[in-house]
Amino acid sequence: MMWPLDLLILALVVVCAVVTISIRDLLAATMVFSVYSFLMCLLWAEMGAVDVSFTEATVGAGVSTVLFIAAILRTTRRSKD
Amino acid sequence: MTGEQMSKAGTSGIIVEMAVRIATPFIQLFGMYVIAHGHYSPGGGFQGGVILGSAFILLGIAFNQEMALRYFSERVNSILGSSGALIYVGTAVVCALLGGLFLDYSALDRVLPLGPVEWRSMGIFVVELGVGLAVMSIMTSLFWDLGSGGDLEKGL
Repeated sequence: MMWPLDLLILALVVVCAVVTISIRDLLAATMVFSVYSFLMCLLWAEMGAVDVSFTEATVGAGVSTVLFIAAILRTTRRSKD
Repeated sequence: MTGEQMSKAGTSGIIVEMAVRIATPFIQLFGMYVIAHGHYSPGGGFQGGVILGSAFILLGIAFNQEMALRYFSERVNSILGSSGALIYVGTAVVCALLGGLFLDYSALDRVLPLGPVEWRSMGIFVVELGVGLAVMSIMTSLFWDLGSGGDLEKGL
């Protein structure tokens, strides 16, 4: 609907995606992934897909982040990189 | 901060606990609103169920697993989730047994004559209710099983 806003959010989504796969710390990667999900939610809402945006906000930014953190807390790091 | 340090930190403080106590009823009310208005506005059974489940996840994070299980025990969780799936499939099977197609809600008109158009709206509401219950139960038990390592004794 407003292409400059679309482009801005899309650029931030790409930045978040690159940071998520390149960062070493798992907890930080989870947080950036949550930001990615929320930006995707904004993008869907801005493009008019409110229902998809709702699902992305609840599942992507909400529950999956919590599940990732719960999984990280149950793991240990053995290598020293 | 590693995982062991975070789990040794214990309770999360009185401010977080009071905020969660105040916010939880409103989160649950919003989840029920999303389920109830799902068939003609954005939202629906899945999203509302996730919101309802996240209220219990919030309880499990801010307090501990024992407290959350005292409010919403594993037994109640299983019963609610199974009955949600039963409501969904049961509505579809009842529609099929009454002479319509599978999930063809207008066949329910023979039980209570409201008109086929009204029953299509009501039928999707009943199905959304079942989906919401099942999703709430699954989201909550996913977090509990993942957070406690499967034995449900000690949370995060």
